[in-house]
Amino acid sequence: MTEGIGARVKRTEDRRFITGKGKYTDDIRMENQAYAAFVRSPHAHAKVTGIDRSAAEAMEGVVAVLDGHQLTGDGIGNIICGWAITSKDGSAMNMGAWSALATDRVRYVGDAVAVVIADTAAQARLAAEAVEVEYEELPAVTNAEKALAEGAPQLHDNAPGNLIYDWEIGEEAATDEALAGAAHVTELPIVNNRVSPNAMEPRSAVAIYDEADEHYTLYTTSQNPHVARLVLSAFYNVAPEHKLRVVAPDVGGGFGSKIYIYPEEITCLWASMKTGRSVKWTSTRSEAFMTDAHGRDHVSKARIGFDTEGKIVGLKVDTIANFGAYMSLFSSAVPTYLYATLLSGQYDIQNIHCNVRAVYTNTVPVDAYRGAGRPEACYLVERLMETAAREMGADPAELRRKNFITEFPHQTPVIMNYDSGDFHGNLDKAMAAADVAGFDERRKEAAARGKLRGLGYSCYIEACGIAPSAAVGSLGAGVGLWESAEVRVNPVGTIEVLTGSHSHGQGHETTFAQVVADRFGVPLNSVSIVHGDTDKVQFGMGTYGSRSGAVGLSAISRAMDKVEAKVKKIAAHTLEAAEDDIVIEGGEVKVAGTDRKMAWHEVGLAAYTGHNLPPDMEPGLKEGAFYDPVNFTFPAGAYICEVEVDPDTGVTEIVQFTAADDFGTIINPMIVEGQVHGGVAQGIGQALLENVVYDDAGQLLTGSYMDYAMPRAWDTPFYTLEHNTTVCPNNPLGLKGCGEAGAIGAPPAVINAITDAIGDNDLQMPATPQKVWRMIQATQTPIAAE
Amino acid sequence: MTNVNLTVNGKPVRRDVPDTTLLSDFLREDLRLTGTHVGCDTSQCGACVVHVNGKAVKSCTALAVSLDGAEVTTIEGVAQGRELHPMQAAFNDHHALQCGFCTPGMIMSGIDMVNRYRAAGKDLDAETIRHELEGNICRCTGYHNIVRAIEDAAARIQGADAPAHAAE
Repeated sequence: MTEGIGARVKRTEDRRFITGKGKYTDDIRMENQAYAAFVRSPHAHAKVTGIDRSAAEAMEGVVAVLDGHQLTGDGIGNIICGWAITSKDGSAMNMGAWSALATDRVRYVGDAVAVVIADTAAQARLAAEAVEVEYEELPAVTNAEKALAEGAPQLHDNAPGNLIYDWEIGEEAATDEALAGAAHVTELPIVNNRVSPNAMEPRSAVAIYDEADEHYTLYTTSQNPHVARLVLSAFYNVAPEHKLRVVAPDVGGGFGSKIYIYPEEITCLWASMKTGRSVKWTSTRSEAFMTDAHGRDHVSKARIGFDTEGKIVGLKVDTIANFGAYMSLFSSAVPTYLYATLLSGQYDIQNIHCNVRAVYTNTVPVDAYRGAGRPEACYLVERLMETAAREMGADPAELRRKNFITEFPHQTPVIMNYDSGDFHGNLDKAMAAADVAGFDERRKEAAARGKLRGLGYSCYIEACGIAPSAAVGSLGAGVGLWESAEVRVNPVGTIEVLTGSHSHGQGHETTFAQVVADRFGVPLNSVSIVHGDTDKVQFGMGTYGSRSGAVGLSAISRAMDKVEAKVKKIAAHTLEAAEDDIVIEGGEVKVAGTDRKMAWHEVGLAAYTGHNLPPDMEPGLKEGAFYDPVNFTFPAGAYICEVEVDPDTGVTEIVQFTAADDFGTIINPMIVEGQVHGGVAQGIGQALLENVVYDDAGQLLTGSYMDYAMPRAWDTPFYTLEHNTTVCPNNPLGLKGCGEAGAIGAPPAVINAITDAIGDNDLQMPATPQKVWRMIQATQTPIAAE
Repeated sequence: MTNVNLTVNGKPVRRDVPDTTLLSDFLREDLRLTGTHVGCDTSQCGACVVHVNGKAVKSCTALAVSLDGAEVTTIEGVAQGRELHPMQAAFNDHHALQCGFCTPGMIMSGIDMVNRYRAAGKDLDAETIRHELEGNICRCTGYHNIVRAIEDAAARIQGADAPAHAAE
């Protein structure tokens, strides 16, 4: 069928976006709209000794100036991290208090201390500048290693040494023993640079308090409106859940940064109650750099050992993770259960040990960013593999092949149980598409032009379809990670699907409808997907961790099972046939092997008229489901990057990027390819361009697009994509997920290619021209040697 | 406050605006044409690109009062009724958008690019398109499909020897 699973259907949601009719949060304007502007700390670390609001309060249009004492006085709770990690000594993690508006201390540049509500956004901004906050500056620390050092400035009283937790996984003694007996050990310091997510739509909130009903509505840029409502109710005490509606309308990208519930959304809701006005706040890009959760920022030491045959005998990793000033919603899970559990990569490794120390610094909080932990694991493992191959004089592809897992299910020593995959097949496809065989010729040709050409591999695996509730519960998660769905067949046969997944660019309105059209044989345009509103959708855990397909669509699939069962009962009753003989095909409900049938819409009508239903059957045709996955899913692939470095300038050009991915079943290849393109571009950005920099005093130096290098069109190539499908055995549609793969797999491929080109393995991201040029100068790689 | 008269998407508009009002705010807040987006505060991202007197302009860099008498076209004014502009159609055909936030600016820059190269009788190849997109940032698509869409739209517009309205 041309609209069903596997079809390259053009996106139905596009029309509103290409005509300027999208409805994003900042496009919403209520009657009597007031605007919020935040007063933010210019210091990385300081005591707040006084706030003088008088000048601001006297300014034109100012409705209110509110501070943290009022906020906490009204019982608004502290912002929490929802995943409890236990240190290896059995102690609980040290979570420092984080108030939406700081009361007596600020801990990063941008920490909010007060909010001004005014009639216009310009008036609010002007008045915010007039709020005089008295600070007593304290010494700051921004680097995680330095924060752990003796004598470092201390951020939270309950986190001595700035240590949040000291956690481990795997068997240390066995790993040490394996490494001691190894024929070859490769050791690398690995820095995973700090990046800023930069969804193009800045965060925004419109909060509305209805005094008569004591009811709140929040329009906001969220990847998970139900989670937002849950947290706002249960922890921040803004309003009970039945008195709070959260709507995430069109959302302009997320990449993780819109999972969390930030101080501004909480403050807008509270301020709306305080002022009786609808309160709107939209982040500027400068505020986004200062306040949106950053990603990555790991510093690791890693050692991998091989026997004489090139088989891996052990991997030992020590990681320090910079958490910033406070623990964001899922921060604790990122460098532990989303990172260390993937350190086996695609390889059969019997001995793995990883130690992780999570650390407070005077920087914006760090949390999940596209891939979340898995890119850090993949980067580490794949840098090690490529470097080890070079050190041992082995072919990097062959060394990988020698260690690939080939039988499934495969239990790694770090929790994960891989369910399926074809790692050789992925690499075969990538190598053929990238014409690896012809690389030596291309390298010679480039050398003749004075360019250094290099080729790098990355064989990534990730854990998606987050996640089995009982499993994550046992690991400390505060929530279950199932998904919910409701399928409503209307009396005329059209179908509305309500899903707890949220689309902010992923194209769910098209792909989810394709799955429904495929199942019932109805036209795509008779299916609509409803999402993003807690008043419409029963519940949901939202979109992140490449979970919308594997978990969200599985819930829809389960709800469709129930609809199908009822449709068959109605048809069997009406057509006087046995239920088992009823088939649904091409928009018709038929008795197999006969010409007796009902049109799809006739069944819908029968269900709602209720004139002739089987005894005891309730009228209507609407079913819901909650789907809890039984395992993570394991997308995997092989990426090959080919670069040319100009030795005179250090500029790297990506001349070819090949991705061969195994995502399980593919619903819409066009959309899946788009996800890979975008993910790879973000990976290239991290590898070549992007880097969040704070100076030692804690000032953010990369606070705008003038200073933070976003990948632009000329920085990226056309991508060559291949698919190698092994179906996921653990969910109804065989889906693995595709949203994060590119960002996970790309960075090591790029860096491995550059290090191949310049002949020096000691390169940290981002590989800026200056850095690369200096390395070339230091090693003095003569072109002639190529 | 200054009184400005301009034409927006073919319709005359007359408003009193504060002298500090940016064109982007004027379009979004005064005219409620919210298809023009604001993605940064340093004139880097290009989500706010509109056409002023037929040329692409970042609307966050222009003051509304400076545009008295100007003709402004926004993303809302590009299609002819239900009929999409070839650039809009190409963005849909090539999956050149995901979250849609940068898209209005991309389309307006794309149309401007095609118009300029067409007027100069120059080829608009992929390499050139990538450099012409210097002022437009997309975080979702990795640019691959945007470049393909603009290439295709350029070919469609050239090939059809498009009537004046199709290229605006």
